[in-house]
Amino acid sequence: MTPLLAISDLSVAFDSDAGEIKAVDHINFDIRRGEVVGLVGESGSGKSVTTLAILRLIPRPGRITSGRVHFDGIDLAALSENEMRHVRGARIAMISQTPRTALNPVIPVGRQVARLFMLHGRLSRKDAEKRTLDMLSMVRIPDPGRRAQQYAHQLSGGMCQRVMIAMALATSPQLLLADEPTTGLDASIAVHILDLLREMGKKTGAAILFITHDLGVVAEICDRVTVMHAGQVVESAPVRTIFHAPAHPYTRALIRSIPRLDREVAMEPIPGSVPSLLTPPPGCRYVERCGWADHCCWRARPPLDAIAPDHLLACYGYGNDRATD
Amino acid sequence: MSTLPLSTSSPQHSRSRMIWQRIRRNPVSFAALCVIAIITLAAIFAPLIAPYMPDEPDAVAALQAPSRQHWLGADMYGRDLLSRIIFAARIDLSVAFAATACALAVGALAGAAVGYRGGWVDNIAMRGVDSIMAFPAFVLAMGITAALGNSTVNVAIAIAITQIPSYLRLIRGEMLRVREMEYADAARTVGNPTWRIVVVHLLPNCLPPLIVQSTLAMGFALLTMASLSFIGLGIQPPQSEWGVMTAEGAQQIVTGEWWLFLFPGLAIMITVLSFNLIGDGLRDLLDPRMRGIR
Repeated sequence: MTPLLAISDLSVAFDSDAGEIKAVDHINFDIRRGEVVGLVGESGSGKSVTTLAILRLIPRPGRITSGRVHFDGIDLAALSENEMRHVRGARIAMISQTPRTALNPVIPVGRQVARLFMLHGRLSRKDAEKRTLDMLSMVRIPDPGRRAQQYAHQLSGGMCQRVMIAMALATSPQLLLADEPTTGLDASIAVHILDLLREMGKKTGAAILFITHDLGVVAEICDRVTVMHAGQVVESAPVRTIFHAPAHPYTRALIRSIPRLDREVAMEPIPGSVPSLLTPPPGCRYVERCGWADHCCWRARPPLDAIAPDHLLACYGYGNDRATD
Repeated sequence: MSTLPLSTSSPQHSRSRMIWQRIRRNPVSFAALCVIAIITLAAIFAPLIAPYMPDEPDAVAALQAPSRQHWLGADMYGRDLLSRIIFAARIDLSVAFAATACALAVGALAGAAVGYRGGWVDNIAMRGVDSIMAFPAFVLAMGITAALGNSTVNVAIAIAITQIPSYLRLIRGEMLRVREMEYADAARTVGNPTWRIVVVHLLPNCLPPLIVQSTLAMGFALLTMASLSFIGLGIQPPQSEWGVMTAEGAQQIVTGEWWLFLFPGLAIMITVLSFNLIGDGLRDLLDPRMRGIR
């Protein structure tokens, strides 16, 4: 079966005065129907840009410089802007990391949900309002009738995120892009939101691309994980493999940097920072931060190869005796 | 989360009551609002209120000083000044309102479009605005009425043209701000067409300064029209219009009929002042920093 979303060789560049910044550099990954894929990496690794590229909403001066995004067998790049509008929101929905500011401050939240039904479902205002209340109670907003008439500033952060989820799922999309949906929420609310997302994904059959830098969250909800570093995919594997047998030194470093209480090991920050994308090193982009690097890592970019079924890795060091830490 | 306390009143109800309370708290603006309401009602019901017909000559009453028959006096043809002032309010208010509404509609939509689009379109529009604003507004209005001919409609058009640039610039600036907001991104990610994003999602967020500006502009439009009429370029006699009446009255200053220019002038002054005071009050009311205060 073809994957729901197939990203092949996708690159996004931003033009700046100093030159072209390659925010996303020839990445490949798939999302299958109904699965939850985590997209993990530090700030600046190109996660959010990737989601915007899927929706073809890269802000100027950015542009897609290469690659294809196939969604449900359709080449999204080949669609007209008008056709693309019917994909956005209707078939691919997005949840933002700052729900309160992503809701329009001067429109009651219920009407914002209802407008989606009117825009994509072609429902009358009355039907749309009825569906809105169903939707709001489905995401477990108490007293939806009253909440629907309120404005974003009258709702708590968790409540706003529930409204966002209701909006995202309103049109029964096949794919949900969740860009750090729990970042702005406190931990106890975040757990509720994650539960809700997972449950709603199951209920509606939507696949979820879950973007985060929090591996704890990944372990909680994802089926598979794709790790990005400096605009490139470095490793992609099922979630168990990522945690039990991480192959890329960057993945290992990410896992070691999770704060833990159950072990007597100090949390280890990853040395260095994401390299400048203006003049990236010709070889592996992790080379300056890597403990394994040798001369071939400096010279050429490691290809993304399968080292096991369903486990892709871009590293020369794997399998050598170097990989022993 | 289900244990949140529920307030008894609906949000709309408490919101409108809050606004009402805040209006009451500013007595000067509230008084100005009442004055405008009275003038507007007087204009609408002029035939019922005015003691005489505005263009009814009466040789006996010619140049009569304010008296019990003619509260504000009568002019050289014996026309009752109070009745003329009341009827004049119709044309003064409606032209000022029409001009402001036109300027608001054109300026806001064009400003929203160029502000959202940005780039060279924005650049060209802004240079056009700069070149209109380089003229003093009154001189520009004079030029336009002189070119178009001085009918009532042309006066409204001239005033509208002088006001469009300030709206355009105001909304364009607001649009530059709100188009970067996350709710703008959110509106794009759910597949709204561009016009819907601009008109339905972003424009309402630009309204507060626009409301203030249009109230102030009402006063200014009225003043411009009266000034145009005063120098003979606007509304033409024998139409009752405050500027025309002031001009007619001014010819009688030397012979001592002071009421002929004083009362129409006062009408202009009180109306313009009231609009400005309402604008000031609204500015305070809609100031985002005041919003949280209850």
